[in-house]
Amino acid sequence: MTKTTLSRRGVLKSGAVAGAGLALPTIFTASSAAAFTNEPTGGTVTLGFNVPQSGPYADEGADELRAFELAVEHLNGEGGGGMMNTFSSKALKGNGIMGKKVQYVTGDTQTKSDAARASAKSMIEKDGAIMISGGSSSGVAVAVQGLCQEAGVIFMAGLTHSNDTTGKDKKANGFRHFFNAYMSAAALAPVLEKLYGTDRQAYHLTADYTWGWTQQESIQAATEAMGWKTVNNVLTPLAQTDFSSYIAPVINSGADVLVLNHYGGNMVNSLTNAVQFGLREKQVNGKNFEIVVPLYSELMAKGAGQNIKGIVGSQNWDWKLEDDGTKAFVKAFGEKYGFPPSQAAQTCYAQTLLYADAVERAGSFNPCAVGEALAGYEFDGLGNGPTLYRADDHQCFKDVLVVRGAENPQDEFHLVEIVEVTPVEQVTYDPEHPMFAGGNLGECNPGA
Amino acid sequence: MDAIILQILNGLDKGSAYALIALGLTLIFGTLGVVNFAHGALFMIGAFCAVTLSKLFNLSFETLDPTKKDFLGNPLKVKTPYVQEWFGPDVGAWLIDWSVPLAILFSIPIMVAIGFVMERGLIKHFYKRPHADQILVTFGLAIVLQEIIKSNFGANPVPTPAPEVFRGSFDFGVLLGFDPNVIIYPYWRMVYFAFAAVIIGGVFAFLQFTTFGMVVRAGMADRATVGLLGINIDKRFTIMFGLAAAVAGLAGVMYAPINSPNYHMGMDFLVLSFVVVVVGGMGSLPGAVAAGFLLGILESFASMNEVKSVIPGIDQIIIYLVAIVILLARPRGLMGRKGVMED
Amino acid sequence: MLGLNRKDTAILLVVAALAIFAPIILNLFPARSELAFFNAGYPDLMQRFVIFGIFAIGFNILFGLTGYLSFGHAAFLGVGSYAAVWMFKLLNYNVVPAILLSIVVAGLFSVVIGWISLRRSGIYFSILTLAFAEMSYRLAYSVLTPLTNGETGLQVYTDDPQVLMQAGGHIVPHLFGLEMRAREVIDVGPWQFVFPVGYYLCAILMLVSFYISIRIFRSPFGLMLRAIKSNQTRMTYTGLNPKPYTLAAFVISGMYAGLAGGLLASMDPLAGAERMQWTASGEVVIMTILGGAGTLIGPILGAGTIKYLENVFSKMNEGLLHKWFAFLPDWVESPVIWVVSKFTGEGWHLMLGGLFMLVIIALPGGLVEGGQRIMRLFGRKPKAETRTSTEPAE
Repeated sequence: MTKTTLSRRGVLKSGAVAGAGLALPTIFTASSAAAFTNEPTGGTVTLGFNVPQSGPYADEGADELRAFELAVEHLNGEGGGGMMNTFSSKALKGNGIMGKKVQYVTGDTQTKSDAARASAKSMIEKDGAIMISGGSSSGVAVAVQGLCQEAGVIFMAGLTHSNDTTGKDKKANGFRHFFNAYMSAAALAPVLEKLYGTDRQAYHLTADYTWGWTQQESIQAATEAMGWKTVNNVLTPLAQTDFSSYIAPVINSGADVLVLNHYGGNMVNSLTNAVQFGLREKQVNGKNFEIVVPLYSELMAKGAGQNIKGIVGSQNWDWKLEDDGTKAFVKAFGEKYGFPPSQAAQTCYAQTLLYADAVERAGSFNPCAVGEALAGYEFDGLGNGPTLYRADDHQCFKDVLVVRGAENPQDEFHLVEIVEVTPVEQVTYDPEHPMFAGGNLGECNPGA
Repeated sequence: MDAIILQILNGLDKGSAYALIALGLTLIFGTLGVVNFAHGALFMIGAFCAVTLSKLFNLSFETLDPTKKDFLGNPLKVKTPYVQEWFGPDVGAWLIDWSVPLAILFSIPIMVAIGFVMERGLIKHFYKRPHADQILVTFGLAIVLQEIIKSNFGANPVPTPAPEVFRGSFDFGVLLGFDPNVIIYPYWRMVYFAFAAVIIGGVFAFLQFTTFGMVVRAGMADRATVGLLGINIDKRFTIMFGLAAAVAGLAGVMYAPINSPNYHMGMDFLVLSFVVVVVGGMGSLPGAVAAGFLLGILESFASMNEVKSVIPGIDQIIIYLVAIVILLARPRGLMGRKGVMED
Repeated sequence: MLGLNRKDTAILLVVAALAIFAPIILNLFPARSELAFFNAGYPDLMQRFVIFGIFAIGFNILFGLTGYLSFGHAAFLGVGSYAAVWMFKLLNYNVVPAILLSIVVAGLFSVVIGWISLRRSGIYFSILTLAFAEMSYRLAYSVLTPLTNGETGLQVYTDDPQVLMQAGGHIVPHLFGLEMRAREVIDVGPWQFVFPVGYYLCAILMLVSFYISIRIFRSPFGLMLRAIKSNQTRMTYTGLNPKPYTLAAFVISGMYAGLAGGLLASMDPLAGAERMQWTASGEVVIMTILGGAGTLIGPILGAGTIKYLENVFSKMNEGLLHKWFAFLPDWVESPVIWVVSKFTGEGWHLMLGGLFMLVIIALPGGLVEGGQRIMRLFGRKPKAETRTSTEPAE
């Protein structure tokens, strides 16, 4: 990138042309050649929050945005400070990031790779964002992560659960706090064994796109390892709304467990349909028929209503955890917005804090320095217990929750209850695990 | 065999939703000559009529329960619906439980009113405009309507369960001599099918056996001549628009328990219902109904494992594939009339 | 000039001037001012303006002239993008083979789809094209993932063959070494103007496309296409077979779409399946009608308006609104923000829907008619616009 400064004469001329009503320039450009993309020069630093605002995940996006706003508030020293008080690192002082006041811009990913990239580009090219965060699907996360790598800014992934984000498609400039499909399966398998035994016939319905496949592959491997058999795996179109024709064949398939590898609207509908067909009351092979939803979210639980009662799944985090970080976050969030945060909100809040903290510790906004500070970093107090940002693939390793739909929720916020907190050792895997192989972090790119 | 019977049931059920939406679309198209891209939105609004009624019944006052804590550690606010306070707990609970069927009554005047306002306020000015303009303006309206719903109800689906008695499933196989628990089908889906059959029958009977219907049918065939006979066809067309809106709305109300309604469900059905209408043949009511059931059944069969293992991904495209084949084999769909929307 | 009459030359020159000075025109507000939010002069959006301009110009050749309303044009844009990214994967990052192949592939694809779909007319044609495009989208998202990389979108990996790639070669799209993302930033006092290489490549191709489209509009071939729109039956009676003409128009507009797709991939080497969804096809229909179908400049205006709304209004969050309306007393501010926020940020779709309705109701000829009315208001003759009369329904 080159910068050209015009002569004073030229400036005055074009200034005059550009319009009389606007104030004439008093200072001619002072910016020097930047060391990296969007180096913050003034008293502020701009972060880009790219969340779905239209389309089926708009509510999730709205919750992410709330968390981002809260994090910015806390970083700038407003509000109570939230998880900054419980965070193991004390580098953040509530005076912005490195003394620069934090500003943010928002955009709409529309849950489409193209739109998400367009929106992220405008944040980088126009608003000078130094970090991009947010998102609610893996396709978007991978696409935006790739963009950030090219542009030379840091990407702090929001909700993305596919193995690929930190596997096949991992990038040096991208970091994921959220857990992934492999971890979901590894956390679920022991609980499923305890609840439903080792002799089970599983029938999978899988959303027919990349995330669905990695989720199904992971859970099939984990359940087969403990003795379950896989009767069938049926791929369902993403655009499907009525799943009756996929549910009906389950009835006489001899399966006694139905695994729904669906997310969002797909999951709400397939679960609702499965319950309509009486699968919950069914007896097969002398056992109660069970339904498993590997990836849960509060919003999906709300959408599925009474149908989620007793159905087991996994979560990255839940507001009902008892640690100090969670309590501080729930208090700050709840007092500001009047309801508890979702796991998407927690991940986005934590990612923002982690980024800010890494900048403080690195002493620079340079993405390479920040990346170095984040890679291999161990921390605690952000709600998930002791956590490691693994250097090999920029994936966070922490405990995973196994949850179940509550039978008698006391209010709309208690729709799921925590069954077990699976310790981190159980969900850790080798960076070269076949489900994650084939990727390459590459070199960090500072752009410019 | 049992698998095939189950998929036929599924197909009839899906088909009844397609047929109901396509019926309304064809009514508007056939009578007014307007391509209404907001028809899916009317279906969606119908479903949200059910949501609204159930929210109304669930309007609650709060009492503090100091023995329990809410998420911030304050005393829990226990919500009691007003209807339970006013009518006693039993009647109140019954009202809440039956909110979807009751929403049928609630939705009819609303949908008819929306239809009237739409026709008089907007569509009327587009009778003489090109179809492309009609499409764009109604598409704009659809976006506006769905954004209004989104800003009031959120983007997340809202669970709207059927009454308790309809929640289970019915052992259909026993009637046909199968073993118990082989062919079971949800009650509510069977209710939906029956409901659709009644509505479709009602609309046909109305057009066939009433003077009003006769005039409308005449208007569909030749609007100018009917106008020349001194009949105020415009007024009847407004009523037809209200009727079509009500049909779409009712289809939506009854659909709410099958899949939790969300604000973009109308768009999801929009393209599909157009395909149904065109496959049936533009302007043909029996065609639209037949195509709805045909596509519903074919879609169900295409999602069977046996079929999918032969042609992977067939369930993704079956509707469109069938549409192409039918349109190539029969230029005007199943029962289309010559010269309707061919230029 | 260039075989155009004076009116058309004037239009071409105006468009050329707009395209060349877009980086200045679109960055009207000083970079650090509050109003800079409304600036659109950053590379990505400028590129989108002209790329979707090309898409809409091409669509207008089919729809504006023949009246055939294709609801599946996004499929051609999508295959164009995939073709281009595949070129990056197989050869190297040079955009020339990528763009050429994207035009060719889209052209071939449109020959097949056009040949089948054009057997029917009216809404039957629309549904046929829609069906083909939706099938392409759904298969690309699922079964064809090895070819399209499904949900994530097709992208270049370091272990791709890239047979023409030399050691130390460019790792971003480039034109014989000139990187697409390179840009010249010129600071003029508080203003900042960005002149991106990629944009100018797109702009040049857009001007070429626009020129070709003018020539088509004014050619005997164009006249033939209009004849198809006004009365196909009569045309058949005079012994002319309309099919080759419509098919040619269909393929030409398909190639325009392919060019747009190839350029999209060249500016940003990732091709998502959503590019082929019916909503994307609908978008180009909307751009064309919003701008003014059948006019030369309308589609470009429509494309610009929609992309501007999508990229600028969706970023207006409540924090910004609070900043802007802070001067109002509280009791005025809250309701004002409440109303405005319904149309911006997460509510930007409401703005979009409202705008469609408003333009279509008030300006039947689209934005171009709006411009003409303003011109008339100032007592000048409307500038060289040749709107073909719209046909009433049926």
